[in-house]
Amino acid sequence: MSTLTLGGRTAVPAKYLPVLVTGCLFVAMFAVGGFRYEGFASGQVILNVFIDNAFLLVVAVGMTFVILTGGIDLSVGSVVALSTMISASLMEGPGWPPYLVIPLVLAIGSGLGLVMGYIVHAFDIQPFIVTLAGMFLARGLCYTIGTDSIPIRDPTFTAFAQTRIDLFADLWISPSVVIAVVVVVVAAYVLHYTRFGRSVYAAGGSEQSALLMGLPVGRTKITVYTVSGFCSALGGVLLSFYMLSGYGLHAAGMELDAIAAVVIGGTLLTGGSGFLFGTVLGVLVLGLIQTIIIFEGTLLSWWTKIFIGMLLFVFILLQRLFSARSRR
Amino acid sequence: MDVPVPVLTMRGIGKQFPGVKALDGVDLRLLPGEVHALMGENGAGKSTLIKVLTGVHPADAGTIELAGAPVAFGSPLEAQQAGISTVYQEVNLCTNLSVAENILLGREPRRWGRIDWKRMRARAGELLSRLELSLDVSAPLSTYSLAIQQMVAIARAIDVDARVLILDEPTSSLDADEVLQLFRVMRRLKEEGIAILFVSHFLDQVYEISDRMTILRNGRLVGEFMTERLPQVELVAKMIGQELAALERLHGEAKVFDRPLIEARGLGRAGAIEPFSLTVHEGEVVGLAGLLGSGRTEIARLLFGADHAGTGEITVSGSPASLRTPRAAMTHKIAFCSENRKEDGLIPDLTVRENIILALQATRGWTRPVPREQQDELVGRYIKALKISPPNPEHLVRNLSGGNQQKVVLARWLILEPRLLILDEPTRGIDVGAKTEIQRLVAELSDGGVAVLFISAELEEVLRLSHKVEVLRDRRLVAELPNDEALTSDVLMETIASGGRAE
Amino acid sequence: MRRLLWPVVVLVLLLALNVFFSPGFFSIQVRDGHLYGSLIDILRFGAPLILVSLGMTLVIATGGIDLSVGSVVAISGALACLQISQGASLFTAVALALGLSLVLGAWNGFLVAGIGIQPIIATLILMVAGRGLAQLITDGQIITVNSPAYKVIGGGYWLTVPFGILIVLAVLAVTAFLTRRLALGMLIESVGGNAEASRLAGIRARGIIIMVYAFAALCAGVAGLMISSNVSSADGNNAGLWIELDAILAVVIGGTALSGGRFSLGGTVLGALIIQTLTTTIYSIGVPPETTLLFKALVVTAVCLIQSPSFRAKALRRRGRAAVPGPASEEKVRVSL
Repeated sequence: MSTLTLGGRTAVPAKYLPVLVTGCLFVAMFAVGGFRYEGFASGQVILNVFIDNAFLLVVAVGMTFVILTGGIDLSVGSVVALSTMISASLMEGPGWPPYLVIPLVLAIGSGLGLVMGYIVHAFDIQPFIVTLAGMFLARGLCYTIGTDSIPIRDPTFTAFAQTRIDLFADLWISPSVVIAVVVVVVAAYVLHYTRFGRSVYAAGGSEQSALLMGLPVGRTKITVYTVSGFCSALGGVLLSFYMLSGYGLHAAGMELDAIAAVVIGGTLLTGGSGFLFGTVLGVLVLGLIQTIIIFEGTLLSWWTKIFIGMLLFVFILLQRLFSARSRR
Repeated sequence: MDVPVPVLTMRGIGKQFPGVKALDGVDLRLLPGEVHALMGENGAGKSTLIKVLTGVHPADAGTIELAGAPVAFGSPLEAQQAGISTVYQEVNLCTNLSVAENILLGREPRRWGRIDWKRMRARAGELLSRLELSLDVSAPLSTYSLAIQQMVAIARAIDVDARVLILDEPTSSLDADEVLQLFRVMRRLKEEGIAILFVSHFLDQVYEISDRMTILRNGRLVGEFMTERLPQVELVAKMIGQELAALERLHGEAKVFDRPLIEARGLGRAGAIEPFSLTVHEGEVVGLAGLLGSGRTEIARLLFGADHAGTGEITVSGSPASLRTPRAAMTHKIAFCSENRKEDGLIPDLTVRENIILALQATRGWTRPVPREQQDELVGRYIKALKISPPNPEHLVRNLSGGNQQKVVLARWLILEPRLLILDEPTRGIDVGAKTEIQRLVAELSDGGVAVLFISAELEEVLRLSHKVEVLRDRRLVAELPNDEALTSDVLMETIASGGRAE
Repeated sequence: MRRLLWPVVVLVLLLALNVFFSPGFFSIQVRDGHLYGSLIDILRFGAPLILVSLGMTLVIATGGIDLSVGSVVAISGALACLQISQGASLFTAVALALGLSLVLGAWNGFLVAGIGIQPIIATLILMVAGRGLAQLITDGQIITVNSPAYKVIGGGYWLTVPFGILIVLAVLAVTAFLTRRLALGMLIESVGGNAEASRLAGIRARGIIIMVYAFAALCAGVAGLMISSNVSSADGNNAGLWIELDAILAVVIGGTALSGGRFSLGGTVLGALIIQTLTTTIYSIGVPPETTLLFKALVVTAVCLIQSPSFRAKALRRRGRAAVPGPASEEKVRVSL
């Protein structure tokens, strides 16, 4: 009998388009940088972007999960700060060993995320407000622990923080980069190859449909905030490696950077569409902007924010155009 | 006759909602390998029956048997697991995900806990080929038309060894070719022995595809019929029902209308209403008759500029007018009380007074507030005239009863002194007293020279009020009938049923 | 007025707590022809927050939100101080700063109403870029100005009353006039309460929404002048940091729902005063001031839970009422059967 082939407009798989745009942007920025500045076009410059932004990458991974379900998590920056603060104070004060402190910190971060996710799901309160409360709470807790920066002098910790992992040809990375890459790979696997990952996409695409299809939407939502809390705590641990201190003012405004990275990486803020690889690119683009501004020398740091804002605008506009087109 | 054993039997189903008896002693049986149409007008209880069957609501009374065993489902998921799948009018899938995922989400083939994408695509392809479809199953669902999405929903539904497939208005957003395609799939499933419960407002489609039908009216069972033995007129009569007491017409003598107010020529909108022409004269009450989904509301929305017309033109008092927005229509003194007063009419948090003066204020802009004395005077006058109760202008409109809310919306438009008032189901779901008052008001307005476009599912009401009746069917304006002695609800039903083709 | 009951109770309790710890709390004196006292301080220091919250109230009433007000505060202060430090007149400086604020607000409104971007996201752009813009204006420095005339805006007195309080009163009066005397308030509530019904009633929502965002930015601009004038300097990085969150909080405490619709200017003022009093109280009872954030977190959570219908339904059910299916759970399975 006749089989029908219907619909299916031929196109570059539209879902990869935003990531492609970000990828091109990254390459273009790198090329321009390479032409303009001496010593820019080296592998170590890219690796440095990873080294300097490993914590942001981990936090942005958690944020990607949340945004994919159509939510938002404003608490991440504060949870990062809280993690550095708890780590530093426990290691400096009572002198707890890192292998006790780090799991504790990760558990606290995940617990905060779990509670926020539960409130979002069970009481139907906007994620924006719930995580805003979480943000206040975590920063407040930081300041109750202490208002000054606490240095970290634990030998294991500092040794780990100063380790260089040499790659070929004089290139090197920090252990944090390895951790961040592992997080990205695991998260990408979860999103792509597990039922939980797919229900994250389904819930973000249409919560009502996902419910009718019998997916555990509530559990999914609670889990993504827990994941985000965990990632923030881990990002905090990485930041304390980087800073070797705990401070309530660490990571101020990091939630904005994480959101910006996710959006620039092509993930729809309304949920349901996007890739972790895009988020990685987003973080790289943000990092590269900073690098260029450092290389430029005369350009001053606030241009970073203006550029990020402009990029955000362009990408949001693109998203809007895409969604307007696909609705037709 | 050799009667096969029903796969599903519902007996004596009753369901009570606060203040409404939604279902009362309804029976339904589905035979394997048949397409069974569930028919009834708005509020007949079709959707409640389906909700009871699929476990959205528990039944208050009656029994459900699936293949001879009594069942009671706690959720749509449980019903689905037992083999009763539902495909809704709005496709409830995730269009951001691939076709394969939409078919298999929640039961993806896995290997060592990891989703096996290859097997998943293969399985999805198999299921689709069962429906004689071949699609790129890794493409996102959003790249396909609604009809295909509908089929994907069906593919998902039948994957779980469905014995009963419920299709709730699956055709309402499909075009003719897409409907044919859907029917081909339905016939195929029927051959496989699946019982299909089909809900549609399109009579032609029901007659084309269904073998048997169950008709509901006001939550009660009218009966079960073989489709081929039930003439369309009888079907319409059974769905609409007839009030035995003939009401006197409010317009006794035939008037002559010679001053056209609104003339629409070839006005239409793809997917909503086919191009139609319609003239409404000053002081004339024009009734729109037709079943639910026949295009009544769509005509009203086009004339008010609530939707953009795709084709055609409108003249107001002889000069061409562009009614692109409600605001533009309002400048031509056209007013529209929508069918759905909760969603399209009221601002529930505002008071009765604010809701009433809202449209007047909108025409003045925010810089020129309606003076408080004038507000109080206008609102007071209409609260009195329409007997809005409680007669407190500062009461929040959300706390009013349905009838009074309707009067508030009416008052909002009446204070604008419209020349054409479009009323979409103004008397639905309100008590008898309020209903008569609204009908009387329409007659008074007409006597005062206001033209009224009156939409109602109740033919008697349309006949009682209108000077002429426009008959709609399947999104087409099929006939215009002057409301004279010869026009009865029987004639109207005949016209609806035949689509104006036969005499 | 019952809606304002809880905010009033909370404020009174907070004030009472202060009297308990410092008995002279309520005393107001006139020194050097200026009003002095703790209450006056609360009003004076709370003035910028009240202003920003007033603008935010209208935005939230339309069903939107404005995250960028903090950045606008910084930009406005930066521009004004820059102008004054370059020798411009007070009038020019203020006019330019407020003009730029209006433009930025209109930009937000255009993104929301013109392009149709979700308000949170649309205003996020300016929230991020605006900080950079403010630092661009100040060239990354903290601009200090030495202009007695400019100092009056945030730190001056007029007829013994701090000038900032007078500005707040004036803006409050103007807002109340526009919304409650003129018909703006009703149209805003209508758009926020039911956008489709408002369209069908002939309301042109687009203009109203753009205007409301512009107004919010204008309020933020005035607050920015006040903050920078008070310290005679502009700090692009830290001026108005997180004030948007406090403002949203003030609006929510004041009984305006985040979903839009009915708004209460009085409630918002109360909400802002509660936040300011909370800060003052924490200082006066000797708790470390940094814990203010903890209290805010508790207040946000409590207020939102009280406003949440499904929380109320659950709380009621736990109290042993008949198990009615909650409206929220009903919503979730709303299918077009």
